[in-house]
This record gives sequence, structure tokens and C-alpha cells, in this order.
Amino acid sequence: MYATNYHRASSVADAVRLKGASEDGKYVSGGMTLIPTMKQRLAAPSDLVDLRHVAEMKGITVSGDTIRIGAGTTHAEVATSAELKAACPALCHLASQIGDPHVRHMGTLGGSIANNDPAADYPSAMLALAATIVTDRREIAADDFFTGLFETALEDGEIIVAVSFARPERAGYSKFPNPASRYAMTGVFVAKAAGGVRVAVTGAGSNGVFRHGGMESALAGNFSPDALAGVTTDPSDMLSDIHGSAEYRANLVNVMARRAVAAAGAV
Amino acid sequence: MTKVTMTVNGRQVSGEVEDRTLLVHFIRDKLGLTGTHVGCDTSQCGACVVHMDGRSIKSCSTLAVQAAGSEILTIEGLAKDGELHPVQAAFKANHGLQCGFCTPGMVMTAVDMINRYGGRLDEKTVRENLEGNICRCTGYHNIVKAILAAAAEMGAGRQAAE
Ligand SMILES: Cc1cc2nc3c(=O)[nH]c(=O)nc-3n(C[C@H](O)[C@H](O)[C@H](O)COP(=O)(O)OP(=O)(O)OC[C@H]3O[C@@H](n4cnc5c(N)ncnc54)[C@H](O)[C@@H]3O)c2cc1C
Ligand code: FES
Ligand code: FES
Repeated sequence: MYATNYHRASSVADAVRLKGASEDGKYVSGGMTLIPTMKQRLAAPSDLVDLRHVAEMKGITVSGDTIRIGAGTTHAEVATSAELKAACPALCHLASQIGDPHVRHMGTLGGSIANNDPAADYPSAMLALAATIVTDRREIAADDFFTGLFETALEDGEIIVAVSFARPERAGYSKFPNPASRYAMTGVFVAKAAGGVRVAVTGAGSNGVFRHGGMESALAGNFSPDALAGVTTDPSDMLSDIHGSAEYRANLVNVMARRAVAAAGAV
Repeated sequence: MTKVTMTVNGRQVSGEVEDRTLLVHFIRDKLGLTGTHVGCDTSQCGACVVHMDGRSIKSCSTLAVQAAGSEILTIEGLAKDGELHPVQAAFKANHGLQCGFCTPGMVMTAVDMINRYGGRLDEKTVRENLEGNICRCTGYHNIVKAILAAAAEMGAGRQAAE
């Protein structure tokens, strides 16, 4: 790892100031993506601004039909929150499937969506739940937030403070994990809410997380796994690598979507 | 260089580190606690697992400066008064190790999962919670047996104490 300078932020404002004063600094939350990347010398920030002690970025609140999760909330906290389990159990299930217990104890929701790894789990949930990404300076709709592989709408120095979304009527997540890394080879999050049905796919698309229009229309009239029987996914839009061909992933999208709808129906 | 202070196995320790120093190197090289191992360069093997503020973490993927001010528990902190911790004793009794390289991480992971699940641990849950720990020798079977045996014993002890 290259040399770096560590700073511990005490508030969001403090973090923005520290990052602004640095030459080429980066925020670090759980560090479960950034530290391994720095170890490989694939990232070399001059400064690290640690967000892990910023209290205003932590915690889960459910008020009425609105769910808000602080960006600094760990995967383990999301997986085990009783309040969230009552309001949106699919998201607890998703968090419980990320990596391993040690990664879940450190890794955060904010870090995951800021990184927007094409095989990460959370981006699909944010998109399907039509979440709002709350930053230190504005609110961004999930539809506008994820802009490509490892790309987001975040500006330089912008911090994700929280995400919020309306409690879905039903939601489900199903992931086919890569047997070695546990990242999603394909993960599908489906949500049925007042605004309709949304289906978001991670791990499979060659341009990162995406909404599946064909599945959304099929499920709008009939929210059941069988409604997806005839819906296809174009392999030319899929990732192809040593883990699976584009055709394999296109098929996985359908299989995972059916399972996700079945899981959503069970709640 | 930055001066970091933290509590390790109940003792307050300080040291000068570069900001890029990994927690595992602080523990091994500065504190001389070499029970915590480094088994990979990809954050996947779990040989480096310690507890930070009561939760299992990978000390190879955390900087010493990130851990400043926290409470760290390493494998050396488990045995009390010359008596093995029940999880250590169960690994010995159930032959839960061969070369022993992964064992400190396995034991710290086991203690963490018993803390979280208590008597509700079953084989499936144990195997799921070993997702972040790789063993090249045992085939995991005796590790799982050891953890279940320790969980049962610790649960029984807890009930007896109540
Ligand atoms: C062994 C292993 C297995 C894993 N398996 C999975 C898996 O199955 N599924 C999955 O989805 N992920 C997986 N991950 C990744 C893990 O979920 C990470 O925790 C997550 O992607 C990043 O969160 P973090 O808090 O650790 O972010 P960090 O590593 O601290 O930061 C990641 C990036 O986001 C930026 N950032 C962090 N927080 C903020 C913020 N609040 N606002 C703006 N920018 C911010 C940082 O500057 C950095 O660029 C795995 C990681 C490991 C090591
Ligand atoms: S040394 Fe392999 S995960 Fe830490
Ligand atoms: S006992 Fe040798 S690696 Fe596990």
C-alpha cells in the first residue's frame, strides 16, 4: 500500500472540510472495498477521511411508511434490524447475504452504493425500491444515481448521508452468488409498491445494475413467478467472463427473478 | 507517523505507526502477538480475524489508525488463568485443526458467532458463518463439530450460572 494520511471526521461537515483540504483524498467507511484496493495498489489516495465515527450517518428509522437508513449503517445492522425486518424483510435478507460476517461487521450501505460495483447487492435494492439517495448537498433518485460500472452521479467530495424509500407492499431478493467471492453472478430485487412493480438486476448487465422493463410489465398485471415464464433477457446486454457467459447470465436473470417474486409472495 | 492507542486483550497499548499500517501488522510486529495470521492478500481467508469492540473483523483489511481508541481481542486474549477458552478446548477435543494456520481466525470467528447466536446455532448456521474463513487442511467437518460442541457447552454453562 502507498503512503496515505488518515483523518477521523466527527460530523458530515467536518468530513467535507477534511476532504476539501486534501490533495487527492477519499472517504473511507467500512474500508471493505477501499482498503483491499489500496493493498493491491489499485488506489492511492493522498488522504483518507474516516466516516465510521459520524453519528448522524448511522441508524435505521421507520416512521409511518417511510424507511430511512443512514449511509454508515453496516450490513450486519441492516441484516438484523427488527424494525426493518417488520417493514422490508427483503432488504435484511439481501444484507445477510453480502460477503461474510467479518465484511458485514464493517462494510456499509453508503460505501456499497458509492462504489457501485456491477456485482454488488445493494444497488439493485435501491433501484427497485425507488430509493432517494440523500447526500450532504441534495437528494438524488436511484434512477439517476447509478450511471455505469463503478460510476455514480456523486460529485467530487459529495457524501451519501442516508437513503430513504417508501415501505413496499411486497419485495423479494434472490441472488446467485459467485461460488468463490460471493458477489452476485446475478441478483434480482423485485418490489411492488403504490407506484407499480419495479425489477432491478445486478451482477449481470454489461453496463451495471439495470431495471428490467419486460419483467416489470409482465408482473404489473400478475405478480407471480409464472408471469415471467415468457419474458426473455437479451444476452447482448449481459456481462460475459470466466464465471459465466452472457447467455448463462441472461437465463439466470429469469431464474433469479422468479425466485425473488416467489420470496416476495411469501411475506 | 501517528501515535495510536487502543486496548488489546484488556491492556492499554500505544505505538507509532505509519497511517498505512494494517492492524494485523501492528498486532504482530509492534505488539509481538503473532497468533493472528496473514493467509492471503485478497481479504478472503479469515486467518487474521480479531474482534474490534466485540465484533469479528479482518485485521488485514483495517488500518491500525482506524482501530485507534477501540477494544481489540486477539487469540492470545481468550485463555484465562492458564485454562483454554471453551472454544479452544473444543477445537482440541474434536480435532478441529491440522496444520493450525487457519485456527486462530476460526476460533475468533467461532467465539463471535456463539456471542451472536448463543444456543441457537445449528450446523447450517455455523457453515454459513464460516463463509469468510478458509481452511486448506481439515475439510471443515471437525471445525463445525467443535463449534457446535463449544456452543452447547457454553450454553449449558450459562444456564447453570443463571
Ligand atoms: C471478501 C469480501 C466479500 C464481499 N462480498 C460482497 C458481496 O457479496 N456483495 C456485495 O455487495 N459486496 C461485497 N463486498 C463489498 C462490501 O460490501 C463493501 O463493504 C462495500 O462494497 C463497500 O462498503 P464500505 O463501507 O466498506 O466502503 P469503503 O470501502 O470504505 O468505500 C468504498 C468507496 O465508497 C466511497 N464511500 C464510502 N462511504 C461513502 C459515503 N458515505 N459517501 C460517499 N462515498 C463513500 C469511498 O470513498 C470508496 O471509494 C465484499 C467485500 C469483501 C472484502
Ligand atoms: S489475511 Fe486473509 S482475510 Fe485477512
Ligand atoms: S488446519 Fe491447516 S489451514 Fe486449517
